[in-house]
Amino acid sequence: MIEIRNLTKSFGRATVWKDVTLNIHRGETLAIIGRSGCGKSVLIKHINALLKPDSGEIYVDGENVFGMDYVGLRKMRQKFGILFQGAALFDSISTFENVAFPLRYFTEQSEEEIRKNVLEALEMVKLQNVAEKSTAELSGGMRKRVGLARAIVLKPQYLMYDEPTSGLDPQTSDEINELITMLAETMEITTIVVTHDMHSVLRIADSVAFLHDQCLHWSGSVEEMKTSNDEALLSFIKASEYQI
Amino acid sequence: MQVFKELGQYGTLMYQALRSSLEPGTYRSNLFQELVKIGYDSIPIIMLTGAFTGAVMTIQTAYQLESSFISESIIGAIVSQSLLIELSAVISSLVLAGKVGARIATELGTMRVSEQIDALESMGLNSVTFLVVPRILSGLLMFPVLYVLAASTGIVGGILTAYLTGALPIFEFMKGARLYFFPWDVLFGFVKMFVFGFLITSVASYKGYYATGGAEGVGKSTTQATVLGCLYVVTADFVLAALLL
Ligand SMILES: Nc1ncnc2c1ncn2[C@@H]1O[C@H](COP(=O)(O)OP(=O)(O)O)[C@@H](O)[C@H]1O
Ligand SMILES: [Mg+2]
Repeated sequence: MIEIRNLTKSFGRATVWKDVTLNIHRGETLAIIGRSGCGKSVLIKHINALLKPDSGEIYVDGENVFGMDYVGLRKMRQKFGILFQGAALFDSISTFENVAFPLRYFTEQSEEEIRKNVLEALEMVKLQNVAEKSTAELSGGMRKRVGLARAIVLKPQYLMYDEPTSGLDPQTSDEINELITMLAETMEITTIVVTHDMHSVLRIADSVAFLHDQCLHWSGSVEEMKTSNDEALLSFIKASEYQI
Repeated sequence: MQVFKELGQYGTLMYQALRSSLEPGTYRSNLFQELVKIGYDSIPIIMLTGAFTGAVMTIQTAYQLESSFISESIIGAIVSQSLLIELSAVISSLVLAGKVGARIATELGTMRVSEQIDALESMGLNSVTFLVVPRILSGLLMFPVLYVLAASTGIVGGILTAYLTGALPIFEFMKGARLYFFPWDVLFGFVKMFVFGFLITSVASYKGYYATGGAEGVGKSTTQATVLGCLYVVTADFVLAALLL
């Protein structure tokens, strides 16, 4: 369970959002939506303390992430897998080594076990025969899958996706959406998806948090969203050309 | 105001790097790669600039002392001593500020803006230990080695030039060089290179590590890293000369 309490963040004089309070329950899939630049990426980077807020707290499984020492921080961060917006693959090493990276640094596994786990993770994301390729040879959709394989290889409890479908064609987007749902179910993962793609939201999410006008403007279940008459939320949904 | 903020940020980064240099397990493999990139990969350019510096110094010194009545071996003494005290260190470092500084700033800057640094951190790895420490450490270790290379190719270049242009006989060159060889000059060169190596790699790491704003931002960081690298080399050169000579 993740509890976000009265979180406020600004860069210099520019406030990103203030007083965000939100609970993310075990096993649910939350979609964080909002326009570009409204601070969705900044918000998820607070959850595992990659960024520090001006004020407020976040509790992951009851522990304050901003009051942790180095060891606590490492343990907390390893509960999370993150798929970054551009996949953030390490471009100095091969695809295989990208997925193997967390295993090499944080487990004592033998070369054989590493190989087995990497191939298994790649299979989970439906990728074959890419292990020996350099990351530069991969397409956008493949990069995201490799990033995802790397994120799940240590079997995290929480998975965060930053715009997993942006920049992909509709068919590839659908495949990624299916993957997200499949991973959430088979690995019993709590999922947080940042997106501005309403189509994805309806395919994968249980609940929705809508960032708007420098605050958490609306949050609730997908069912509630469908019947909501909040003006800003409706106009955001309408702008994405998706009729509920 | 901005200057103080940046100084504080730089100081904090260096403090973190110093503290985490005690965790060699995290950066061992990167350290080896960096030693190769900073040291081994710089050998050709350092030899080339070293040799030409020695050659030009010889021609120039011979020209300047042409009509005087002092012994020819003085040319060898001036060339080799200038190389050891000043030229090999400073010219190599200016070249390396471009080569090494730009590469480090671009690498780290790209990793920053493409969220690779966030990815490292989110796995629970300390990105300063993993990325910054091996780069600075390699600078500290390799710059003095490159100085030895630059100075020796410089002296060889000087001797060859003396021979080829007939400016003075080789043995006269060697006699002067030997007569005016002081171990202290070499030590001074080492100290300089140690300092320059630290300044160039740490400033480039800092600029890259805190890059923002996409490809354009990385370009800006790289430019700043090379310009500041050169600036700090000539400034530190002055300070060290004033303090130690
Ligand atoms: N490191 C940073 N320094 C300064 N401003 C930042 C930084 N990261 C993000 N911002 C700003 O914060 C705002 C929110 O960014 P972001 O969370 O990336 O938006 P999005 O909702 O599109 O993911 C933007 O205006 C962005 O310019
Ligand atoms: Mg974003």
